Amino acid sequence: MIIQALAFYLFAAITVASGVMVISARNPVHSVLFLILAFFNAAGLFVLMGAEFLAMILIVVYVGAVAVLFLFVVMMLDINFTELRQGFLQYLPIGALVGIILLVELIAVVGAWVVAPEAGLATSLPIPPPDQVTNTQALGEVLYTKYIYLFQTAGLVLLVAMIGAIVLTLRQREGVRRQNIGEQVSREATVEVKNVPSGSGI
Amino acid sequence: MVDWIVLWDGYAWPGIIIVAQVLLIVVPLLLAVAYLTYAERKVIAAMQLRKGPNVVGYFGLMQPIADAVKLLFKETILPAGANKVVFIMAPMLVFILGLVGWAVIPFDEGWVLADINVGILYLFAISSLGVYGVLMAGWASNSKYPFLGALRAAAQMVSYEVSMGFVIITVLIVVGSLNLTDIVLAQKDLWFVVPLLPMFVVFFISTLAETNRSPFDLAEGESEIVAGFFLEYSSFTFALFFMGEYANMILMSAMTTILFLGGWLPIIDVAPFNWIPGIVWFAGKVALVLFCFLWVRATFPRYRYDQLMRLGWKVFLPLSLFWVVLTAGVVVAFDLVPRN
Repeated sequence: MIIQALAFYLFAAITVASGVMVISARNPVHSVLFLILAFFNAAGLFVLMGAEFLAMILIVVYVGAVAVLFLFVVMMLDINFTELRQGFLQYLPIGALVGIILLVELIAVVGAWVVAPEAGLATSLPIPPPDQVTNTQALGEVLYTKYIYLFQTAGLVLLVAMIGAIVLTLRQREGVRRQNIGEQVSREATVEVKNVPSGSGI
Repeated sequence: MVDWIVLWDGYAWPGIIIVAQVLLIVVPLLLAVAYLTYAERKVIAAMQLRKGPNVVGYFGLMQPIADAVKLLFKETILPAGANKVVFIMAPMLVFILGLVGWAVIPFDEGWVLADINVGILYLFAISSLGVYGVLMAGWASNSKYPFLGALRAAAQMVSYEVSMGFVIITVLIVVGSLNLTDIVLAQKDLWFVVPLLPMFVVFFISTLAETNRSPFDLAEGESEIVAGFFLEYSSFTFALFFMGEYANMILMSAMTTILFLGGWLPIIDVAPFNWIPGIVWFAGKVALVLFCFLWVRATFPRYRYDQLMRLGWKVFLPLSLFWVVLTAGVVVAFDLVPRN
């Protein structure tokens, strides 16, 4: 158990430290890189808990896709760093408010766990015992049976968001010449196929 | 009191064994990387009616060693405007990501360092991280062409990952497990390349794009953006990019082998074929896929960027999505759902 404990403290410490660095780093690109480090260590914590599927999905989705686009956008921004610093005091009350709300919610969750330890069991009932099925299968069995309607609703919400994004950004421009590959390939008498004897070249 | 025997048996000895196993994988891998560069030059030379490297050692066999030594002794140049830490980290990241994927690859039945339940997801996660090395290198160089190369690479790798994901899902539907050993064993009777041939083609082309290989090497594109993202790199930082790229190529070939070509399984399970050890079959199949990588490079001209995006989003994505639905439908309709 020593190794697990050491690994836990290592991952947890790096997660917290890189979380702090995300908001305190001067360069936004460094912030995103620290965010990626935080995701990584959170995935490590998931593995320690035995939730290997969630750990891998966290890396594939957040690190492999979301953070790439983040980094992509942040790298192309032309930011004036001194200007960015000036707004700090102005936005401090809003930031503090969000932080306090999150803190209260976390206290409520952890508090419920301390006051009534059996409350967690009630919500975790549909999950089959982890020593009998792999957690990929366990998640699938719960997600696609008990929560199928919620799952489908979430999918529809995402679909609507996607269509919305396309509608907002798509614009038809005049005078754009597009390539029609099918037409181009099926043109006759422009491409000739030659049979070249191998080993001698043309 | 610390119980020394428990400490030795429980931690130190397994630790030593794991380190030995890691070395057993990494050392042959690095040799394979070195000789893949040699093979590439020889194969392309043969296809272009040239001789290729033939001066250093017999048949030029020492050429990769000579290249490595040369790169090792050159000076590492840090551009003045570069972001130093990120600049140095990028090639290391590319190289490390080329190596860590091998932890879950089964070379033969039971010959695997970490036989984890979500092996294929792990590989997919590792391959999707490759883009960071490129992005970081391009940004940290603080120079125009590397930055353009990095942006191209980022968009390209994210696009092709999507269809790769769907291909993997198709295989998973047929197998019913994310464990790589299970995936290979499910192909005992029939390699997946036969029933899922279109997916094999999509997957192979996606791996070309994912590893930034020709004809999708727009991130380097030496004729338009000089050398792309690693333009500012010299000596061993450059070598790390190179080795990472080739290690990634071999990893992707191993992934193709496991998903579609039956891993370590012989062609047919009869006398002369099953005498050959599984590792030889595995290496042979990986070499075959790698040869296709080189063959493609010698044959096709580079794609234009809009054509690359069109192929990824308008051809591969609908095709692979259709095959996921079709495969799931066939599996359910003919009651072939895998149980375990």
